[in-house]
Amino acid sequence: MATKPRTLPLTRRGLNFEMFMWLFTRLSALAMYALILFAVIGALIMGARNQMSFADILRWGFMPNPSHVQSTEVPALEPWATPFWAITASLLLLLAVAHGVHGLVVITDDYITSNRGRLIVRWLSIALTISMSLMGLYLLWQDFLFPAG
Amino acid sequence: MSLSRDVPLGTGLRYRGKGGQLSFVLHRIGGLGMAIFVTMHIVASFFGGEIGGFLNDIYENWFFQIFVFFSALFHAINGLRITLLDLWPRLWEHQQEAVWLQWAVFIPIFGIAVYAILSSAFGG
Repeated sequence: MATKPRTLPLTRRGLNFEMFMWLFTRLSALAMYALILFAVIGALIMGARNQMSFADILRWGFMPNPSHVQSTEVPALEPWATPFWAITASLLLLLAVAHGVHGLVVITDDYITSNRGRLIVRWLSIALTISMSLMGLYLLWQDFLFPAG
Repeated sequence: MSLSRDVPLGTGLRYRGKGGQLSFVLHRIGGLGMAIFVTMHIVASFFGGEIGGFLNDIYENWFFQIFVFFSALFHAINGLRITLLDLWPRLWEHQQEAVWLQWAVFIPIFGIAVYAILSSAFGG
């Protein structure tokens, strides 16, 4: 007996915003695992295995920003404070903010079901995304933008 | 087009969905925990001064550190399980085993981390 498939074939499903964000949540998660692993490997190459505790390496891994290794035993901070790591950290920041804010919207949608409430949540989520991204990017790039300060 | 499916939190917690339901609840708590921590950390670093010091004191507390580590580790392991099972949907047949495997990975790593946080917090 052939049972009727309960899902539409991929070609007929279309791609709306919710479907795109469902996919983005999974792909950004994979990208964040890769970026964290990338930062940890980079730290080990830059000498972390002799000068840093595992907790310090993890702090660097979760956000490869030189302020996270300033207080460790690393003798020279120059290799850590490069645009290369600022770009890596920016990618991690932007993915994390988008992934996180979308997650908050998914949670609030389970408890706020009126159209008006959901519209307010969406405007708040856009404001949160923009403010967190800009503040984070400023923190990651301030040493390059304002070298004196 | 307002959906009428707003289930109260209490009913949601009593729903008997076995290990997958517990993972679902903890995944949300972990996601919220990380969102709160990351927001606090960015605000503290951005404004500095007294606000920064006040927020720093909160998240450098050993209890908050254990909570944030629980959030990050559980969310990461559970998220990897969901992502892998979604990419290969036939694996959902074995989701109960996947949940057990997930706890087998989570418990030892979390136990070691809690020991490390507590021993550094209380001068072990």
